[in-house]
Amino acid sequence: MTPPETLGGLKSPDHASRDHVSHTQHQPVFVADSEARRELDELIPRYPQKMAALLPALWILQRERGWVSDGGMAEVAKLLELTPAYVKGVVTFYTMYHQHPVGKYFIQVCTTSPCGICGAEEVARAFLRHTKAGDLGVTSPDGRFTVIEVECLGACGFATPVMINEDFIESVTPEKVPQLLAALA
Amino acid sequence: MPETKMISLTIEGRPVTVPEGTTILEAAKQVGVLIPHYCYHPGLPVAGVCRMCLVDVEKAPKLAPSCATTVADGQVIHVHNEKSLEARKGVLEMLLINHPLDCPICDQSGECELQDYTFQEGREDSRYREPKRFNPAEDFGGDVVYVPNRCILCTRCVRFMDDVAHDPALNVSERGDRALIGKFEGKDLTHPWAANVVDLCPVGALLSKDFLNKARAWELDRTASVCPNCTQGCNVIMETRENQVVRMRPRANEYVNAFFMCDWGRLNYRWMNEKSRVELPMVRDGANLAPTSWERAIASAASILHGKKVFVAASPMLSNEALFLLTQLMQSGAFRVVEGDEAPLPGVKDLALRRERAANVNGAEALGFRKSRDLLGGLAQGDVLVVAGEDLDGIDTSALGRASAVVVIGSVLPAGVTNAAVVLPIANFAEEEGTVTNLRGRVQRFTQARQAPGETRPSWLVLGDLLGALGQRSSFFLPSDVFAQLASSNKAFAGLSYDTIGFKGLPLATAEATGPKAPLAMGLTG
Amino acid sequence: MGYPHQPHQRETTVLSRYFGVKDARTLDGWKKRGGYQALQKALDMAPADIVNAVKESGLRGRGGAGFPTGMKWSFMKPGDGKPHYLCCNADESEPGTFKDRELMRWTPHALVEGCAIGAYAIGAETAYIYIRGEFTEPLYWMNEAVKEAYAAGIIGKNAMGTGKRIDVHVHKGAGAYICGEETALMNSLEGRRGNPRIKPPFPAVSGVFGMPTTINNVETLIAVAPILMNGADWYKNMSLSNPKSTGTKLYSVCGNIERPGTYEVVMGFPFRDFLYDVCGGPLPGRKFKAVIPGGVSVPIQSMAEAEATLMDYEGFVAQDSMLGSGGVILIDDAQSMVAVIARIARFFAHESCAQCTQCREGTAWTTKILERIRDGQGTTEDLDTLLDIAEQMTGKTICVLSDSCATPVVSGIKKFRGEFEALIQGRRFHPVIAAVA
Repeated sequence: MTPPETLGGLKSPDHASRDHVSHTQHQPVFVADSEARRELDELIPRYPQKMAALLPALWILQRERGWVSDGGMAEVAKLLELTPAYVKGVVTFYTMYHQHPVGKYFIQVCTTSPCGICGAEEVARAFLRHTKAGDLGVTSPDGRFTVIEVECLGACGFATPVMINEDFIESVTPEKVPQLLAALA
Repeated sequence: MPETKMISLTIEGRPVTVPEGTTILEAAKQVGVLIPHYCYHPGLPVAGVCRMCLVDVEKAPKLAPSCATTVADGQVIHVHNEKSLEARKGVLEMLLINHPLDCPICDQSGECELQDYTFQEGREDSRYREPKRFNPAEDFGGDVVYVPNRCILCTRCVRFMDDVAHDPALNVSERGDRALIGKFEGKDLTHPWAANVVDLCPVGALLSKDFLNKARAWELDRTASVCPNCTQGCNVIMETRENQVVRMRPRANEYVNAFFMCDWGRLNYRWMNEKSRVELPMVRDGANLAPTSWERAIASAASILHGKKVFVAASPMLSNEALFLLTQLMQSGAFRVVEGDEAPLPGVKDLALRRERAANVNGAEALGFRKSRDLLGGLAQGDVLVVAGEDLDGIDTSALGRASAVVVIGSVLPAGVTNAAVVLPIANFAEEEGTVTNLRGRVQRFTQARQAPGETRPSWLVLGDLLGALGQRSSFFLPSDVFAQLASSNKAFAGLSYDTIGFKGLPLATAEATGPKAPLAMGLTG
Repeated sequence: MGYPHQPHQRETTVLSRYFGVKDARTLDGWKKRGGYQALQKALDMAPADIVNAVKESGLRGRGGAGFPTGMKWSFMKPGDGKPHYLCCNADESEPGTFKDRELMRWTPHALVEGCAIGAYAIGAETAYIYIRGEFTEPLYWMNEAVKEAYAAGIIGKNAMGTGKRIDVHVHKGAGAYICGEETALMNSLEGRRGNPRIKPPFPAVSGVFGMPTTINNVETLIAVAPILMNGADWYKNMSLSNPKSTGTKLYSVCGNIERPGTYEVVMGFPFRDFLYDVCGGPLPGRKFKAVIPGGVSVPIQSMAEAEATLMDYEGFVAQDSMLGSGGVILIDDAQSMVAVIARIARFFAHESCAQCTQCREGTAWTTKILERIRDGQGTTEDLDTLLDIAEQMTGKTICVLSDSCATPVVSGIKKFRGEFEALIQGRRFHPVIAAVA
């Protein structure tokens, strides 16, 4: 039975990945003597409780592996003495942790009202068109791009702001989209 | 210890005085006012998320969540005025917008708090015109199935696993109206106390697989009893339908099990419905056992026991009453007990699935039976052997040869006994009334949940008649009479009676004095 | 500075003076511009005196709540034997607001200094700067500034050689508007889901890690240094309308306006002048239709109300809105109010943490109804239902996200009911755009 769809507007993709099945084994990130492990070990003493290093640890994990898999969550859980279920509850709360692999370039377009009234939806559509990604949240066939709509990116005076991986680009218009994409490897 | 300050306030026109730090919701309970709520539970830390318990405190700018707000002197609180009713009506409407119309197929129907409060205070229609949110049902493992569409996100289950079971195996996943309860892939809900989340769930989101589609809540008969499956003695409600025990659920007892019972105990009730029973009194007639009347069977048994040295191989599942009466016809007796692994519930003091898996080990020992791994070891040559409540499974029955005669008093005929002289069929634990003593020496009453089959009679009644036939004592009419005699003759049981024991139990005189280990109302904020 | 434009002569640039000046981002560049003198001064003062100066100045929280900062700091009881914490709320996610981003990427040391002064004043040895994960540029500059400050001994176990310990740590968020709520921020910092907590207990009693905590917005903390250097009276006197609103405020101006950007004006500045003069007025050929002056959580103002407003806490309230975070969103006559409000509701539906029933279900329900009306499928009952839902969502939840979703719906229906009814009656929205001259 297919779930009913909600009406109207650009669909905002649910970033959950309950249907995604990962076939690759998670390669541990925080192995002894690794750079990642050193980084985490330096972060932990900043807080009086180990658990507070969870969000930072997940960021390191995502940086190293590109996304946060079940295996990755289990690894972090063990290190910080938490249960994997607990870590998953935290991961699914925050929108910036990818729970499935995404394209080489993860494109986030702000479409909340202040940008919405400045044409943000057209920018999102332009990205979809030029990347050939079939829909929001769906990676393009060449595996290079995933485009999603996000909520306010905090640069409303520079409509429309767009993030491409770690790059924060201000004042994007549909006309600028092709050259932005062309500049990416 | 500093004296606790007392606070006086008025709730729904009723004056109430409670210790400082009491929440409005708990204070209201004390004057008979039930403030509707979902996420609050006295055995869990306060969450304050369902917003159902909002009450109108005079002179306060906003409605207060009564489960999370402590009382203040002179407060005047309204629970059923228009403001509070409107707020609850709103919560109910919101809970129902995505809730499926599953009542006809939902197990919770009839014992569902969403049904109850909606019927009491909710709207009679829904204004929701949009598609409902849908998620497929999930097997959480163990005895638990999760139906996300019905979930009201009260988070009782998450808090139980985290704060009481100390195993955060459940989480809230996602955000907003996409939120649902989740677990980690591959990490099933196998904690030995996990099925409590089914009881805690106010709606039909978490269901017992064992009970799935088995019976309707309103078809069940309910009796107060004690779980007989280990020596902890968790208080339970035994539920039957058409004379079959179909479910056991925990009953709150702050001295024993707080609000919980373990999965093993909870699901281990099928033996109470055992079918292959002895249902008729029998005496030996040559090679066979022939059914006979109770009078003949008792008389026959009495003549076998009269003047002889008697050894009783008893079961620690028998009640204090039955074991007491047995001691009056024996010279010595022993029992054995099946053992398993202990499984504590860490969030409650001194609560565990105990190693010894029987209801009345402590009672048997207090009454003079010896715990032994060699059950028949104490049977001397020529003794009359009374097998009481035991099935002798796994016992080397060659020892039976030492007995001059065997009398069986039980619900089954032990397989290894081929030469029983008399068989007196008795009711099992679910079919009679009595008391048992838990591992901490707490004597607790259990009552009859189902009718005993055939001609079987309560154990204390049969033994009382047998003692009468032996010329020792006239028969008893009530198990409380047996207990009264026990209390007057045994120092440990002195001063106790069914009336004083009630349904929370009382400790033996020789037991260590302990206060309630689980407060009635846990979890003040902060 | 009307950054990215040139400063308008009617602005009063105190905090925004160096927006766009790359050199000001380094420690040397900041010191050249008078940086860390205030911290030096503060470390020589008694904490209670710093708190009093801030109280005297009338500084109020610039994150949106407007709570008097000095009073908030005074809730931290000295000598209780517990570690105190300062949290800087740099989670700026209120749509329409982008001032903290500018403050952090142009004057990162100003924030380090502000945190150090604030920590010292409240008896804390540790300050956490919680920056939303999307702010890659502020994160970079703040991390650099903290590194430089440690290396120069400005902070650390011997802050500026005084023997006092001040640690400042940057903590990256992961995408949740609700983490801008102070108790949710604390939960997030602790490694939990960003769920707001029930108050009481208040953060000053039991905050992050269960210890006494003060949470302040970026702009609030940065304002403290100038107050200490120029005196409380100087700050107090910057007030054009009423003595309860003092100092300057950064306004993030965005939407359908000629010169969007970050502006700094004195409290009490006339809103009409601000919009038409300072910020350049509407786009060519268009007219302003509505303005949301304080981020999407505050009531929508009609232009008549806006043009009568004096820009301070009390002034906006007097014209049926709130100053909030100062995120000024201009909506012109080419926009459908219903579409705008529907998108605002969708924002809140996305961001609800899911704890409280009314918020979790109400934000989504509101969104669905509004989108249905926007798409021409609305009914007359819908407006009453929306207002009922909004009533249920107000004043009944752990935090005010729920109320914030209800506010634009209520003010939108109140002041722009015609647009709703037109769509319900089947008339499509036609943007009114005059021909470009």
